[in-house]
Amino acid sequence: MSIEIIEMPHLGESVTEASIAAWLVSEGDRIEKYDPIAEAVSDKVTTEIPSNYSGIVKEFLIDIDTDVEIGTPMVKIQTDEEGEDEGENSESSETGIETGEEFTDHINEEIVKEAEREPMERQTTSDEKQSPPKDTQRDSDSTTRYSPAVVRISQERGIDLSQVEGTGKHGRITRKDVLAFDVDSQKPAAQQSTDKKENRSEESIPVEAEPTRPKKAAPAASLLPNGDEVVPADGIRKAIARKMVQSSTEIPHAWLMVEADVTNIVKLREQTKATFKEQEGVSLSYFPFFVKAVVQALKKHPVINTSWDNGNIVYHKDINISVAVATDEHLFVPVIHQADRYSLNGLSKEVSRLAGLARQGKLTTSDMQGGTMTVNNTGSFGSVQSMGIINHPQAAILQVESINKRFVPTEEGGFKAADMVNLCLSIDHRIIDGLQAGRFLQTVKENLGRFSDESDLY
Amino acid sequence: MAMMTYLEAIRKGIEEEMARDENVVIFGEDVGGVKGGVFGVTKGLAEQFGDHRCFNTPLTEGEIGGLAVGLGLVGYRAIGEFQFADYILPAVNQLISEASRMRYRTKGDWTAPIVYRAPYGGGVRGGLYHSQSTEKVLFGQPGLRIVTPSSPHDAKGLIKAAIRSDDPVLFYEHKRLYRLLKEEVSDDDYVVPLDKANVVREGEDITVIGYGMVLNHALKAAETLSKEGYEAEVVDVRSLYPLDKETLVKAAKKTGKVLLVTEDNLEGSIMSEISAIIAEEALFDLDAPIKRLAGPDSPSMPYAIALEREFLVNEEKVTNAMRELAEF
Repeated sequence: MSIEIIEMPHLGESVTEASIAAWLVSEGDRIEKYDPIAEAVSDKVTTEIPSNYSGIVKEFLIDIDTDVEIGTPMVKIQTDEEGEDEGENSESSETGIETGEEFTDHINEEIVKEAEREPMERQTTSDEKQSPPKDTQRDSDSTTRYSPAVVRISQERGIDLSQVEGTGKHGRITRKDVLAFDVDSQKPAAQQSTDKKENRSEESIPVEAEPTRPKKAAPAASLLPNGDEVVPADGIRKAIARKMVQSSTEIPHAWLMVEADVTNIVKLREQTKATFKEQEGVSLSYFPFFVKAVVQALKKHPVINTSWDNGNIVYHKDINISVAVATDEHLFVPVIHQADRYSLNGLSKEVSRLAGLARQGKLTTSDMQGGTMTVNNTGSFGSVQSMGIINHPQAAILQVESINKRFVPTEEGGFKAADMVNLCLSIDHRIIDGLQAGRFLQTVKENLGRFSDESDLY
Repeated sequence: MAMMTYLEAIRKGIEEEMARDENVVIFGEDVGGVKGGVFGVTKGLAEQFGDHRCFNTPLTEGEIGGLAVGLGLVGYRAIGEFQFADYILPAVNQLISEASRMRYRTKGDWTAPIVYRAPYGGGVRGGLYHSQSTEKVLFGQPGLRIVTPSSPHDAKGLIKAAIRSDDPVLFYEHKRLYRLLKEEVSDDDYVVPLDKANVVREGEDITVIGYGMVLNHALKAAETLSKEGYEAEVVDVRSLYPLDKETLVKAAKKTGKVLLVTEDNLEGSIMSEISAIIAEEALFDLDAPIKRLAGPDSPSMPYAIALEREFLVNEEKVTNAMRELAEF
């Protein structure tokens, strides 16, 4: 028990006097610390004054509405107990309105306290120690959720990511997984698949049989009780499967077919193929004629040479024609870049070059990338009609079917023997409507008709 | 070599430079006399070097900022202390419009060889006016270098380099580290470069970038994770502006997984800029999204202790964020 005094507190800068407007408690009342005891008025504000103590209000020491100096004793309080404890506060904190210096003191105490409670030691090294980073290279194309680092490293090292076991969250392949992957342990088949990202399973230009490269070990097969054989798909087949599923699930396909009269082209080829082979060293096939006709049509119908990209339509500046090339073991879809710059001769050479590289397994990534539309020679194995699956992310694929002799009516009312071919076009129906596709095919057909037995191959 | 706190190391650095060059003067609120600053960083300097080289100023931060510029122009090397980094705001005009532009404005004829010292950071029950990380307010002002040490060794070497700089340096001191952190500090006359980040721990799995108190949390967390099989590369930013892009990008590329830690608010902090730099320079080496760990986007450090703890980035939060990224 002790008697404590509450003084008129500091009410703000430049305030030297204040008065009590009203007492909020009566003498004899029991109050708790921080309870408001009075309303003080200065020239600026009215402020409630809280009690610094718990106890009994003993006596009011000043009158209401009388100006007194700041610091004048105001109320006498009889505190309950432990007067010292409460008293300690009263020394420094009148009504809790404190000076800046006292504020910072407790911060200092906190700093010291913390340091004593949990000191930390450090050893700073001033030297730079950092291993040199690996060189970076720009390249990215990923259809799955690989990080940029994983894609880059797998491409640099020729790693088939389908063979890498992911140790990250939810089996994600991490950068460290790729770095730790032993490239030599990779199945040779899979090595190829990194080269052929734009792979397609479809029909192709058969390439003359070549001495086959070393056969890879046959995948382990197993027999089901009923005798069916289960063969695990190799890396290439898996890559093809992924690509096919993506193409057919993402792209709403629509199909059109027209038939074209290519009698003149057949005639032209018959006349020139022997000389051509002799002069140029490569055989003259029908395929370059079709590629040429398609390229010319793309120039007129740029909407076919596009890609759907997440709500945007990308109009490709270059015309890069993907062509399917099959070998005994594999199928590749190399690209004739800027195909509009080639003559018939040039196209023949380019197709021949790409086929040769494919046979030797020497196609590079750049040979396989960047196609903007595919022309596929399904006719080479006798097909007369097919529905191609578009090579994602392209917007169209044209299937050139086999050329067959047929009787067709002439304008004079008779018949003539003509070399007819079916052209089957698959389009991405998000970008291209039937009308545009029809016009494109019409142009291709006209272009084909414009060749004559006099046309120049160069 | 002597075992020194972060605070003692700063004082030692100032003392050595004042002894070395009589043009070095230091001033601020309560800096002179026997008090030696609100935290005691300048304690003893007035006695040692005289009241004319270590003196008090009025409670007017704009004047501290401007006085330093003027003294610099007439040949002094001025050290102006802002009692708290929170109080720097009234001086911003002097810092940005005058000090940081001086060399540029006069085509190199005049410079402002100034160190502005500012104790920053929370976790000391300082409440709204004594806890803030205001470095981002002054960040991105070409001509105004901002550095902060995160260890006693760096504290001494950096303050010495800052005092010797012919251009203004804003020197942020984390006040919670003042007495918390001890280290053997060389008696040698060494300086730490003002423009270099420092790789303080090497690792292959994740890269943690930070400064101040949180950097020390990260170092402890790295030891915890090491027992779990993950090794962290820890980088002390040190040079807040301009940033040492080369070191930061190198460290980011090394692991491809980057955690940026600051006790400032999450958005618009210095880490936001570091994130942008890494995104620009290191895309093809990134193996995970660049992650930030920071205080919430609330106005300031709260005073209530429970809320202050909630606001602060602590060792546990850093450990969890690092583990999550390592496992990604």
